[in-house]
Amino acid sequence: MSESASKGQDYESSLSGANQQVAEFEKREGFVYKLQHALHTNPALVPLIVLVLSIIVFGLLLGSKFFSPFALTLILQQVQIVGIVAAAQSLVILTAGIDLSVGAIMVMSSVVMGQFTFRYGIPPGIAVVCGLAVGTGIGAINGLLVTRMKLPPFIVTLGMWQIVLAANFLYSANETIRSQEIAEKAPILQFFGNVIQIGSARLTFGAIFMLILFAVLTYALTQTAWGRHVYAVGDDKEAAELSGMEANKVLVSVYALSGLICAFAGWALIGRIGSVSPTSGQLANIESITAVVIGGISLFGGRGSVLGSLFGALIVGVFTLGLRLLGADAQWTYLLIGVLIIAAVSVDQWIRKVSG
Amino acid sequence: MTVQPIVQGRGIVKRYGHVTAINHSDFDLFPGEVLAVIGDNGAGKSSIVKAICGAVQADEGEIRIEGKPVHFSSPLQAREMGIEIVYQQLALSPALSIADNMFAGRELRKPGIMGSVFRQLDKKAMEKFARDKLTELGLMTVQSINQAVETLSGGQRQGVAVARAAAFARKFIIMDEPTAALGVKESRRVLELIQDVRAKGIPIILISHNMPHVFEVADRVHIHRLGKRHAVVDPAKISMSEAVAIMTGAMEPPPVEEQQLVPKAAA
Repeated sequence: MSESASKGQDYESSLSGANQQVAEFEKREGFVYKLQHALHTNPALVPLIVLVLSIIVFGLLLGSKFFSPFALTLILQQVQIVGIVAAAQSLVILTAGIDLSVGAIMVMSSVVMGQFTFRYGIPPGIAVVCGLAVGTGIGAINGLLVTRMKLPPFIVTLGMWQIVLAANFLYSANETIRSQEIAEKAPILQFFGNVIQIGSARLTFGAIFMLILFAVLTYALTQTAWGRHVYAVGDDKEAAELSGMEANKVLVSVYALSGLICAFAGWALIGRIGSVSPTSGQLANIESITAVVIGGISLFGGRGSVLGSLFGALIVGVFTLGLRLLGADAQWTYLLIGVLIIAAVSVDQWIRKVSG
Repeated sequence: MTVQPIVQGRGIVKRYGHVTAINHSDFDLFPGEVLAVIGDNGAGKSSIVKAICGAVQADEGEIRIEGKPVHFSSPLQAREMGIEIVYQQLALSPALSIADNMFAGRELRKPGIMGSVFRQLDKKAMEKFARDKLTELGLMTVQSINQAVETLSGGQRQGVAVARAAAFARKFIIMDEPTAALGVKESRRVLELIQDVRAKGIPIILISHNMPHVFEVADRVHIHRLGKRHAVVDPAKISMSEAVAIMTGAMEPPPVEEQQLVPKAAA
C-alpha cells in the first residue's frame, strides 16, 4: 500500500510547496454584496419593498381617498381571484414549469359547481366538492402528461387550456346562471362573497381565503419535506432524483394541487361576480403569471417565495386602483406593469449571479 | 476461512438491443476495502455498477449482497438497504442548503403532532447531524450549514456528497468518477475523504479514469474489458502502464493464480 501510495503521489510531490488551503471562502463585504445576499435569501423582499413604496406614493398623492381602510380592503377584494390563481401558478413555476390552463380550470370548476346544482339538482355542497374534484383531476392530468409523456409543461397546459375552455363552453351551452337564482337556491356557491365589515373596511371571505392560502403554502414550502422537494425538483430535476427524491410524484402533486387551488378560485369567482358565467376570468392566465413574475419567482424554477406572488398581485392591485383614482388612462397601468415585469426579471438575473 | 463478500455478482448480462453492455461478468466487493473499477470508455464499467445499485436491471445472472440475492428495480431500493452512490454530476440541489441536501429524500420530522400531522421538518436536528458528519470528515471549513450548495466550490460540493454517502451508508458506497471534475488540490482532499471513509469500515467501489488516484487509494483493481471482468490485480504488484495495457488489450492479464480475486487478508 505504502509503495503504491508513493507511486500515486510522485507527480504531485511539487504540491507540498503549494498553498495547502482547499477552496477557502472569499470574504466579500460591501453594501451591494450584502444586498445581493439578502435578496438571495429573501426573494420576496423586492416585491415587498415595491408594494410598500407604491402604497406610500399613492397615499401621498391621493391622501385619505386612497389611504383608507375602505380603499385598501377594496384592493384585497379586487386581487383575490388573481391572487388565488397566482398561488397555484407559483407552485408550478417553482418546479420550472408553467400552467397556462389555470384560468380555464378555474372557470370550468365554477361552471361544474353551478351546472351540477341547477341542471342536475345535486345538493350545492356536493356540487362544490365535484367542482373541486374536477379542477384537481384536470391538474393531475397535466402533471401526468408532463411526467409520463415527458412533454414540456408549456405545451401540455397550452393544449389543456384550449381543451378545458372549449369543454366549458360546450358543457355550459354558453349559459350564465344568474346571481339572484344562486342567492335563492344555493347560497353556498356564493360563500366567498360574504363580507366581514369592520368600520369602513370590507373583508370578503374570498380575500381572507387568499391570505390563509398563502400562509398555508408558505408553511408547506418552507417547513415540510414536500416543500424542499418542490424547490429541488425545480432547481435541477435530475439531481433531485439522483439524491433520492421522487421527482415525478412531486410534479404530479404540484399540478394536481394547482388544479385544486384553481377550483377554489372558481368557487371564489362565483362569490366575487355573483353569477356563474362561462365567459368570466379569461385574463387569469396572464394576470397570474404577471403576479408571479413581479413577485420575484424565477421562471427557471427553484427560486423565489410564494409570498412574493401575493405581493406581486397586490402591487398590480395598488397600481390599478391608484391610477384609476388619479383619473389616469387605464393604459398607464398596463404600461407600468410591463415595466415592472421587465425590472423584476432583471433583478432575478442579478440575484442569480451568486459568487461562489 | 473465507470472508463473505459484501457484493457478489455472477454471470451478469445486460443487453441494449444488439449491444451487450455486460457480458457474463463477475463482480466481488469485500468488507473494508476500496475496490477500483477501471476500463476503457465503453468497456461497461458504469453498466455493471449500475446493475449492482439498481439503476439498470440485469437480464441474466445473480447479484448477492451479504449472501442474499437481490433484485433492485430502482436505486431507491438499494438506498433503503444502505447502499449510497456519489455521482460524477454530484446530485446536489444547488439552491438548497447543505443540511437540506444531506437529508434529501429522508428528511427528519419533528416529534409529536407537529411532525405527524403538520409534517414539520426538524431543522435543528438535521442541521446538527449534518454539522457533526461534516466535522467528522474534517469538512467544517464550510461556514454555515444553511449555506446554499451553489455557493460552495466544486471540491466542497464533492465533500458534501461524500459526507452524505458516508453518513447514511450501512453496506457500501459507490463513487462514480468523484475526482473527474476537480482540480489537483480538491482531488487530493477527496482522496483523503475516501481513505477516511474506509477507515470507518465502509467499503467503497471507486470508478475512475485517473490511474494515479486509483493506484493511490485502491486495495484491489477490477479491470473491466469488453463487458467482462478481465482481471483483478493488486496495485502494489503492477504498474500503472501495465494496468492500462491490460485494460486496452495490449497485454495479457496475469494468470488467475497471480491475480487478487480476493483480498490478501481474506485469502
